[in-house]
Amino acid sequence: MAELAAVVGIGQTRYKTRRTDVSIAGLLREAVDRALADADVTFDDIDAVIIGKAPDMFEGVVMPESYLADALGAMGKPMLRVHTAGSVGGSTAIVAASHVQSGTFKRVLTVTFEKQSESNAMWALSTPQPFSVHLNAGAGGYFAPIIREYIRRSGAPGDIGIKVAVKDRRHGARNPLAHLQLPDITEQEVRDSMMLWDPLRFLEACPSSDGACAMVIAAEDSITGSKPPAWIRGVAMRSEPTMYAGREEVNPQAGRDCAADVYAQAGITNPRKDLDCAEIYVPFSWYEPMWLENLGFAPEGEGWKLTQEGATSLDAGGDIPWNCSGGVLCSNPIGASGMIRFAEAARQVRGDAGAHQVEGARLAMGHAYGGGAQFFAMWIVGADKG
Amino acid sequence: MREIAVVAYSQSPCVADAGATNEVELIMPQLQAVYSQLGLASAQDVDFVCSGSCDYLQGAAFAFVAGVDALGAVPPIKESHVEMDAAWALYEAILKIRMGHADSALIYGFGKSSPGELPIVLSQRLDPYYLAPLWLDTVSLAALQARLLLEQGLLTEHDMAAVVARSRHNALANPLAQLAGEFSVEELLAEEHFVAPLRRADCSPVSDGAAAMVIATVEQARAWGAPYARITGIDHRIENHNPCLRDLTDSVSTRQAAAAAGVHRGPVDVAEVYAPFSHQEILLSRALELAPETLVNPGGGVLAGNLMMASGLARVGEVFRRIINGEAGRGVAHATSGPCLQHNLVAVLEGA
Repeated sequence: MAELAAVVGIGQTRYKTRRTDVSIAGLLREAVDRALADADVTFDDIDAVIIGKAPDMFEGVVMPESYLADALGAMGKPMLRVHTAGSVGGSTAIVAASHVQSGTFKRVLTVTFEKQSESNAMWALSTPQPFSVHLNAGAGGYFAPIIREYIRRSGAPGDIGIKVAVKDRRHGARNPLAHLQLPDITEQEVRDSMMLWDPLRFLEACPSSDGACAMVIAAEDSITGSKPPAWIRGVAMRSEPTMYAGREEVNPQAGRDCAADVYAQAGITNPRKDLDCAEIYVPFSWYEPMWLENLGFAPEGEGWKLTQEGATSLDAGGDIPWNCSGGVLCSNPIGASGMIRFAEAARQVRGDAGAHQVEGARLAMGHAYGGGAQFFAMWIVGADKG
Repeated sequence: MREIAVVAYSQSPCVADAGATNEVELIMPQLQAVYSQLGLASAQDVDFVCSGSCDYLQGAAFAFVAGVDALGAVPPIKESHVEMDAAWALYEAILKIRMGHADSALIYGFGKSSPGELPIVLSQRLDPYYLAPLWLDTVSLAALQARLLLEQGLLTEHDMAAVVARSRHNALANPLAQLAGEFSVEELLAEEHFVAPLRRADCSPVSDGAAAMVIATVEQARAWGAPYARITGIDHRIENHNPCLRDLTDSVSTRQAAAAAGVHRGPVDVAEVYAPFSHQEILLSRALELAPETLVNPGGGVLAGNLMMASGLARVGEVFRRIINGEAGRGVAHATSGPCLQHNLVAVLEGA
């Protein structure tokens, strides 16, 4: 019943620790202008603007979309602001797509951002709340015990996280937009880096970045631009509470359900075989093997084997490269990180991923998660309409 | 396009200070109320859930995450959130139903503004480089707007006081209202200015509370067997942020949204207008081109109680209630967001 829609324009900023040279609006415009140019359209051709970002406390601006309306050419148009925790970049793409898939609009602009240098994300994530458990530990401290449980259950060798950290940084070195540029990184270097939250070392964690990512999404009869469109073949979101008795935190039900939903829409029965590549939200190294299992690329307890074999590595010629762009481990403007995954999946099937292109990619997955690994957003994009 | 209807609605009382009641506890009774209107057990019985709230009211990142605890999201549910009034969560849910990914949706909005100073908190919503450093609060901005209207002869302080008197009177019949009573225009005008030309009574109170709604395809609404009101039009538009860059004596975005939503395709029996300040009700009624016989804010509107992040959704809910009670055949609901009515949503509801 949903109308066919496609990504016809993508624009990203270069990701950096600090962009003191631009305002928040200026940062967004870099990505937006590139997306519009990529789609060969102007603001006049845009029917609605859908914006997303993580908590407003990251910049200290309450509901910043009000202020950004002017810079994003939204005057006289509908503008919607999505906020679904760390998955927001993915959710925003999905909400933007629904503007077209519902038959309500022909062409929309969507953009997500974070200018983390404006504040301190660790602090913003740790404000104490009455009657709530106070974890003054940021995201890494929250996820470390869950990772330890994964290692205990799966019996994975201790260096799997290190391998992911090296692989994604080598991928990132192919991507000129990536924040961390570490082409010569070694496993020893990662092993020697400071232990932050056992078992996560400094080099096994994502950076904190400034940046923005934008896309133009259009209906089948409104395709523009000279590059091939990335057809949206499936979209899915799932949420579950942060805590409840018996919650499976290592392999969350919400992630499994979300993947099953999006695969069914795209006709995928074996993700490792059917997909050509995937951009998966891996902010801490060990989440690669954990999500390989959660998303059905490997049986439970065996995700780490794919990492170990190099199956997810572009450099090793793996059969299912993950995070060819360098992923969240290379660039992490939190509110945009999910959309970057979705956009990078689209770049692959458009054959427009530059030095990190997977040869002949026809079908790719974008994935984002947030909160206590409880909010999930996923899409499948293809070179073919399906 | 699929026909979509409002099938259930509930709103908490507007209270100045909910005390130790937390956000989840504010939401849960409203969810229970809409479930019971339809015979549902939980959020598991709808296809999609979308909420609206603002982190800064609670002073926490991801404040809405706790809201998920109110839903019983085990097993996991399809859920989303807007950092906007829940009227925009309704909009997102409508798109989800239109595209065929859901036949029904639960929408809720909540806000507990009492722990902070709302007008000051919202001053940090302004342009962070040029306006927010001035700590220009929402009341002062609205006062500037009222001043423009007065000086251009577009209304009088008497007109504003008449809006307040009618709101207080109408609120007497609204058990959820925070402020109600019989006041004459003369009595109201005798009060001193708060932020001139606004008197305290020209400003909506700050309220804690929540509202919830269920919408569905007309087929699903019929299957549930509950009375429903069809949403025959909905649209929203945003304008320039900087109040110096637009005509504050009119609301162009309301006019655009009203035209796109089809407000003028039939008579409007009732209009629920989100006007946090008395002069804005007059301004918005003009922008919506409401006829003199249209009942405007018959429950007192937000001047009688203003649930931040839920009042917009509540306007839609109030029109729904009037229609299913047989008091109106066709109604218009309006929601606003941003300084001096920057962003406006208009919905048209009609009887089954």
